[in-house]
Amino acid sequence: MNAPFYKFDLFGFDVSLIIAFAIGIGFGFALERGGFGSARILAAQFYFTNMRVLKVMFTAIVTAMIGVFYLSYIGYLDLSLIYISDTYIIPQIVGGLILGVGFIVGGYCPGTSFVAFSTGKKDAIVFILGVTFGIFVFGELFPFIQDFYYSTNMGRVTLPDFFGLSYGMVVFLVVLMALGAFAAAEWGERVMAKKGESK
Amino acid sequence: MTALTHILSKVKLHVSDNEHTHSHVEAKPYSNPYYVGFGLGLVLLAAFVIMGRGLGASGAVSSVVTVGVNAVAPEHAQSNGYFSSYIGDGTVSPLKDWLVFEVLGVIFGGFLSGMLAGRVKGGVEKGPRVKTRTRFIFAFIGGTLMGFGAKLARGCTSGQALTGGALLGLGSWAFMLAVFAGGYAVAYFMRRQWT
Repeated sequence: MNAPFYKFDLFGFDVSLIIAFAIGIGFGFALERGGFGSARILAAQFYFTNMRVLKVMFTAIVTAMIGVFYLSYIGYLDLSLIYISDTYIIPQIVGGLILGVGFIVGGYCPGTSFVAFSTGKKDAIVFILGVTFGIFVFGELFPFIQDFYYSTNMGRVTLPDFFGLSYGMVVFLVVLMALGAFAAAEWGERVMAKKGESK
Repeated sequence: MTALTHILSKVKLHVSDNEHTHSHVEAKPYSNPYYVGFGLGLVLLAAFVIMGRGLGASGAVSSVVTVGVNAVAPEHAQSNGYFSSYIGDGTVSPLKDWLVFEVLGVIFGGFLSGMLAGRVKGGVEKGPRVKTRTRFIFAFIGGTLMGFGAKLARGCTSGQALTGGALLGLGSWAFMLAVFAGGYAVAYFMRRQWT
């Protein structure tokens, strides 16, 4: 076991902030390359006219998932030292629904809004102000909603735990699902393009 | 006759010249989504291997909000169960935080990519049927919902869907499906803004 490096004290907190900046550059660069600095491209996902969000997201998830699986399988990466947030199933589903509505109304998610801001989009600045306000409201309301916030705690539970399947089997099924989603996305885009022409 | 063709060829030349200068300033098309996804996946994998944690975005805004509230009303912030978790014991600024530095990198990386492709152009992202003012109002409302939802779900598309998705967290996958469900559910009512 050699990784995660930070957990094995290969460097300290201050160095980790430099690494954060470097990793952030890679993250922001990839998001911009993917077209995620454009709210119209992001929103198109929800009208089936451009499925880039799904393609980029699932390719990234599958890539990182296979990497983590392989590196932990060969004993290089200690999976138990990687932070996985605990599951609070109901607040997370409700939060996800609110966030999904916010996505199509506002046009960005927090990460993509920073990229849009960096390329000068004015609506992204307004969106970021909205995110700031939303977090402020959440903080102020926290005393009233904290019972709900901490409800349905299931601990550190993963899909293999939950479905009683092996880690490798779930990885395989997610890859299959992603390939199916890619095929459906390519097909959907062609159908919508034809529909657009006939209009 | 020859004069006419001469003029025509001149016009043609002029048009193609115009096209040439136009395409010179035009932004390059976005990259192949599967290549981008692969690259993004490697960045995420690097974060896991080097740091033992994934990516994020909304957490950085929480740190900024906490600093703001703490500056205006310190007692109020420190007695609040949410803000106090970001303040900690008060010895380290909430801004000296991994996600804050990561987001600064995101802004720099996005700018770098945009510059290289001629896409740093400003403007407002919206469909042709809405006014800029309307777009700004929706951007603010959507952002507010996004901030609130992300805090309730303990992360946004980066921290939960992408990071938790790759680690196969149950809550993250439930969250991801809920995000798509919420978006598709109201997309019809938002079509004027985008199409």
